[in-house]
Amino acid sequence: MSDAPRQAPAAAGRAGMKKELPEHFKAYKHVWVFIEYEHGAIHPVSLELLGEGRKLADKLQVELAGVLIGGDAAELGEAAKACFEHGADLVYRVADPLLTHYRNEPYTKTLTDLVNTFKPEIVLLGATTLGRDLAGSVATTLLTGLTADCTELAIDDERSLAATRPTFGGSLLCTIHTLNFRPQMATVRPRVMAMPEAVPGRDGRIIDHALDMAEIDIVTKVLQFIPDRDTNKAQLAYADVVVAGGLGLKSPENFQLIKDLAAVLGAEYGGSRPLVQKGWITADRQIGQTGKTIRPKLYIAAGISGAIQHRVGVEGADMIVAINTDPKAPIFDFAHVGIVANAVELLPVLTAAFRRRLSVHRLAS
Amino acid sequence: MHIVVCIKQVPDSAQIRVHPVTNTIMRQGVPTIINPYDLFALEAALQLRDAHGGTVTMLCMGPPMAEDSLRKALTFGADRAVLLTDRYFAGSDTLATSFALAAAVAKIGETFGPVDMVFTGKQTIDGDTAQVGPGIAKRLGLNQLTYVSRITAVDQKTREITVERRAEGGVQVLKTALPVLVTMLEGTNEIRRGSLADALRAARAEVTTWNAADAGITDLLKCGLRGSPTVVKKVFAPSARAEKAAMIETEGKNGAAMADALIAAILDRNPALDADLRRLSAGF
Ligand SMILES: Cc1cc2nc3c(=O)[nH]c(=O)nc-3n(C[C@H](O)[C@H](O)[C@H](O)COP(=O)(O)OP(=O)(O)OC[C@H]3O[C@@H](n4cnc5c(N)ncnc54)[C@H](O)[C@@H]3O)c2cc1C
Ligand SMILES: Nc1ncnc2c1ncn2[C@@H]1O[C@H](COP(=O)(O)O)[C@@H](O)[C@H]1O
Repeated sequence: MSDAPRQAPAAAGRAGMKKELPEHFKAYKHVWVFIEYEHGAIHPVSLELLGEGRKLADKLQVELAGVLIGGDAAELGEAAKACFEHGADLVYRVADPLLTHYRNEPYTKTLTDLVNTFKPEIVLLGATTLGRDLAGSVATTLLTGLTADCTELAIDDERSLAATRPTFGGSLLCTIHTLNFRPQMATVRPRVMAMPEAVPGRDGRIIDHALDMAEIDIVTKVLQFIPDRDTNKAQLAYADVVVAGGLGLKSPENFQLIKDLAAVLGAEYGGSRPLVQKGWITADRQIGQTGKTIRPKLYIAAGISGAIQHRVGVEGADMIVAINTDPKAPIFDFAHVGIVANAVELLPVLTAAFRRRLSVHRLAS
Repeated sequence: MHIVVCIKQVPDSAQIRVHPVTNTIMRQGVPTIINPYDLFALEAALQLRDAHGGTVTMLCMGPPMAEDSLRKALTFGADRAVLLTDRYFAGSDTLATSFALAAAVAKIGETFGPVDMVFTGKQTIDGDTAQVGPGIAKRLGLNQLTYVSRITAVDQKTREITVERRAEGGVQVLKTALPVLVTMLEGTNEIRRGSLADALRAARAEVTTWNAADAGITDLLKCGLRGSPTVVKKVFAPSARAEKAAMIETEGKNGAAMADALIAAILDRNPALDADLRRLSAGF
């Protein structure tokens, strides 16, 4: 993580830069975060990215801007306040009734126009269905590089964005750069970055920009939006305590042990990807790079080896507790508390011990 | 209706291992499969063809051995397969991949008849970016429908299509005009078992093989490594945390003692959790 101090000296200008940025890209400055604003609310991932963008902007000694696109200027003005409080110096606002609901065409046009006009060096988006739909189109239109689902962002000695993500298969990470193109674009999944502390009353400037498009130019129409009835889906990502199981549990029946412990702790439960593939749990319970990223206060993983794709989804947890029979399992490399034990035997005893402890407390209080 | 489905041949990720010393991926002997997400796209395309008539053309960019995946796709009932293969494509990132695939789709249109729809999977299990679909759409100027969970209507006369699209916090019902690019959501259908006739046909079928020039690509600077703005600078194994995990001693302990020691270690590390757990377990 780029834990750059706020007043870091400029790192640019170091001799020996491998590739010289073409002249016409040198005007590209500042860090942008696309703010996902829908149905009257900012998606939390956008605020998380403002926190991360703040660090990058400070390291580069440039400004941090939020890009707010939507139907109503007054509403966006309110949303801009939240952006300032979470670290933005300014907000580019594009308000037009055409932009009320997300659609690829007008949003792609708006964001590419803004980039071409104001020339940011870095553009960050949330790796949500909206963010991924938009990022791919914008990067292709601008013919620049885009790194998906990053788990770490930093600025290297050559002022270049170092975007790290898990790579194919087992247990590797790779760091990707966009060398001679601007802007450098990246997406980050919700909950991967910490939510920055809001600074109430922190202020900034709004720069308005007009959309040069008419409804008749837009082929795609939104006929309807059907909100999800089941809001459970979000709960795993935001839960304070999560208990999860992996293939080490050996059978779908044994997965009940995970649910039992979760029930006693008032926790959410989840599992590794193979459990989804085997049908032991539903896809919305998968934890990891291609599932949910979680940041609970306590994460208990039983019978999970700790492959990189799983690790990146849980590393934000305050405390990781691992139960695994193999003392060499990779999960012990990043767990805080570990026990080499058979989860199938230990889980019921652990559940009973927690139940005793918590019910005693309840009587006492 | 003419539908192109983009499929990628990928190593079966479940069987990939990393060399413990060199940190390189050991691909030798790892079987290849059709990217599982692409089968949902293929089945959706086959269903549309069955309902509306027309043909389904499969397109795959990859090494010559990717022909196996195309042949496999033919056994499910696709009508035609095009393999795009050239050493100039090696090292392509998503921008260069979408450039080559878009050019090939255009060429397929010229050669076999105008294309009404292009399907891709939601993402690949090796690249895992979900960007190639939108990239192809943008380059060909197709209306883009990502994360589609259901195609509710296609009207060939008015050339309109209505779909349900997974969005944040709900489902968007979208209507747009052909030609379109659809990226299909996983779990939305189940790939059919091909018929015996399809299997026999697939075994004998010819896979059209194109190099860059055949696909009408003249600007080789836009292909492969040279056409890729992103550069992988470093591949590395994640490091262990500086502070080692506190391991619970199990020697000579029964289960109950282990559980007590584990709970003590957890609360010792963060005493405030006790209150959190009491609150949560009571259902607040
Ligand atoms: C592109 C891509 C994306 C991926 N995304 C994800 C993702 O989002 N989430 C994810 O989880 N995985 C993901 N994976 C898969 C990941 O690489 C691993 O394969 C997976 O996490 C392993 O699951 P596991 O730990 O349950 O199983 P295994 O790796 O088989 O580990 C089982 C563990 O259980 C232990 N064990 C065995 N018996 C017992 C017992 N009785 N008690 C206690 N422990 C026992 C073993 O020692 C072992 O460590 C992805 C892979 C790829 C290629
Ligand atoms: N080399 C390729 N050949 C054919 N289709 C591809 C190729 N790479 C990606 N695709 C398609 O693009 C989708 C998204 O891929 P990705 O952006 O790599 O996650 C896949 O599901 C495929 O349908």
